[in-house]
Amino acid sequence: MSTTFIEGSIAVAKTVGVCRPHVISAYPITPQTHIVEHLSELVADGEVKAEYVNVESEHSAASVVLGSSATGARTYTATTSQGFLLMIEVLFNIAGMRLPVVMTCVNRAVSAPINIWNDQQDSMTARDSGWIQLYAEDNQEASDMHLQAFKIAENKDIMLPVMICMDGFVLTHSFDPVELISQEQADKFLPPFKPEYYLTPKNPLTFGAMVGPDGYMETRYFIEKTMHASLQVISNVATDFHNQFGRFQGGLIDTYKVEDASLVLVAMGSIIGTIKDIVDELRAKGQKVGVLKVRSYRPFPKDEIYKALSHVKEIAVVEKAVSLGYGGILVNEIKSVFYGKPKTPKINGFILGLGGRDITADTIHQVIKETAKAASEEKFVGLNEALIGGK
Amino acid sequence: MSTTTLTAPKEQSCTLLAPGHTACTGCGEALAAKLVLGAAGTNIIVTDATGCLEVFTTKFPQSSWEVPFIHSLFENSAAVAAGVEVALKALGRQNEAKVIAQGGDGGTADIGLQALSGMLERGHDILYVCYDNEAYMNTGVQRSGLTPFDCMTTTSPCGELSWGNKHNKKDMPSIAAAHGIPYVATASVAFPKDIENKVKKALSITGPKYMQIHSPCPLGWRSKPQLTIQVAKLAVQTGLYPIFEIENGKVTKVRKVTTPKTPVEEYLKIQGRFAHLFKSPKGKEEIQKIQEIADRNIEKYGLA
Ligand SMILES: Cc1ncc(C[n+]2csc(CCOP(=O)(O)OP(=O)(O)O)c2C)c(N)n1
Ligand code: SF4
Ligand SMILES: [Mg+2]
Repeated sequence: MSTTFIEGSIAVAKTVGVCRPHVISAYPITPQTHIVEHLSELVADGEVKAEYVNVESEHSAASVVLGSSATGARTYTATTSQGFLLMIEVLFNIAGMRLPVVMTCVNRAVSAPINIWNDQQDSMTARDSGWIQLYAEDNQEASDMHLQAFKIAENKDIMLPVMICMDGFVLTHSFDPVELISQEQADKFLPPFKPEYYLTPKNPLTFGAMVGPDGYMETRYFIEKTMHASLQVISNVATDFHNQFGRFQGGLIDTYKVEDASLVLVAMGSIIGTIKDIVDELRAKGQKVGVLKVRSYRPFPKDEIYKALSHVKEIAVVEKAVSLGYGGILVNEIKSVFYGKPKTPKINGFILGLGGRDITADTIHQVIKETAKAASEEKFVGLNEALIGGK
Repeated sequence: MSTTTLTAPKEQSCTLLAPGHTACTGCGEALAAKLVLGAAGTNIIVTDATGCLEVFTTKFPQSSWEVPFIHSLFENSAAVAAGVEVALKALGRQNEAKVIAQGGDGGTADIGLQALSGMLERGHDILYVCYDNEAYMNTGVQRSGLTPFDCMTTTSPCGELSWGNKHNKKDMPSIAAAHGIPYVATASVAFPKDIENKVKKALSITGPKYMQIHSPCPLGWRSKPQLTIQVAKLAVQTGLYPIFEIENGKVTKVRKVTTPKTPVEEYLKIQGRFAHLFKSPKGKEEIQKIQEIADRNIEKYGLA
């Protein structure tokens, strides 16, 4: 296996390419552009035999892959931020129709004010859409996750769309050594897509019927049940991947020095890397600190998180999104993990890195310092004092 | 995982849009869709936008569609159809089916115009059919971009300061034709054979095709259900709904209006949506404006 020094976006595009998608449709938006530009090159060069549809909006990009997926094709799209928000209506629709579309959500802040930099507000707004959401820590994982995504989505017992979330610029535009997946390896890992139901005159089915109060709830119930079932499938696929490629980035979660830790930081995405460095630094000084990565945000792996953190005294949840009017989003879900359990650790929530605000070693040190103080759900870390004027 | 797919009960029907659906009596849209499917045959895949047609044909657990059918959202029928078409190509199944996209006037000319424009511009091999009943019927008769001038709807009511819809009907066929597509046609449920011929002709042409079918809605137009065909015929005979074909940008065929010409009153007076025009002397001036619209159509397309 050889390692290539490559931009995150290009690695992802190459992985999507070896997944043999039949149809790709996307609309350009920074910082998703390099992924779709490279895919269109691969198609133009005949390296990827797919139909690439240059649509007039993200709404149509999602609608095209919806139509293609319902016709029996393996499909892919990618977007971020405003494009993601424009797609949301279709995203719910894709999940409701149980179409195993795979997409990349490059994570970026949402407008207003317009801001092209990284946070995770965009994908968090679609957490209730019925899409499986996996968050990548680094470019190796982002690349590998796409191969896993198709296998999870197309599993006969799942048939739900999967969204790979990767931090904009931080991952998409950074050059890293990545072990790329060859065509032969991908073919060995991912069987061809053979859906049970699809649009064909040979068996004229109706997709997208109108369902009233007598049946609608059951469609939600089935998706919810399937989401739970997908916990096992996501883990299994990560294990299969480990077996074939020797790489393991976690199944539903990943932990780093958590076993004997008294304080654990919980986060999603590329910030995990920064936190790991701090953990090493503090460990060297004798502090029992660890980090837990939520890899699968939907479905939310409550049991795995509880198992990993039940012994911990303090938890600091750091997140790059906010539910305005409440505070942190992930922090609440972590709190709910401990509801009704014999012991609840002190859980603090920190909102940081919004709109690309730098997250430095100091930011993480500040989080750890604040955790020693009173519990809070909405502590903003890294604010510019000059701009808030003491407010 | 079979909960989102339905099939129509075959034994009950001999048409491709099975009876038993819940359209109102005299619904022009139901008739138009049945004619389109009849002409297209079984080797098709159809998409549809949210709207009356989708609602009255797909009430779970039944479906009237004897052909593969997908409804996604209100504004994306053309984009979903594009997805179907490219998937057939990518899967090497392009000979399996022709793709027909459908939508109401709202789903086509208003909220779905962008997706439709994209589809036409990209050259997909798709026939797009707009069932034009001249308002948002499914949500209770609100005005659309294809609602005619001075027409009363629930969002363009007549009142002290209003004669109904202030705007002229959007020239959707010209917008479609401006994309440089090979075939654009208008049709009317008053002329079923014409619909069938146009659908067959459209499907014999490769590339994007646009068809707009005038489909009276007795509920929204407040016309008698038994008069649907007559109402539709008068729209054509007066020149208010010009019937034509545009092939590669040129008008190639039109349906002539009657001689002597039928005054627009004949069409307007049998519909409650124009009743306010007949209630005061000032209404006469408004009717005159509508007559001028018909006259312009007759002139523009050479219908006399
Ligand atoms: C995004 C969105 N906005 C609004 C609606 C509500 N809506 C559903 S159908 C419809 C009107 C449909 O009108 P038209 O396309 O003319 O079809 P018709 O019912 O008249 O056949 C509207 C406004 C919707 N479903 N989705
Ligand atoms: S409201 Fe109009 S378009 Fe809708 S079903 Fe009734 S007659 Fe047909
Ligand atoms: Mg309508």
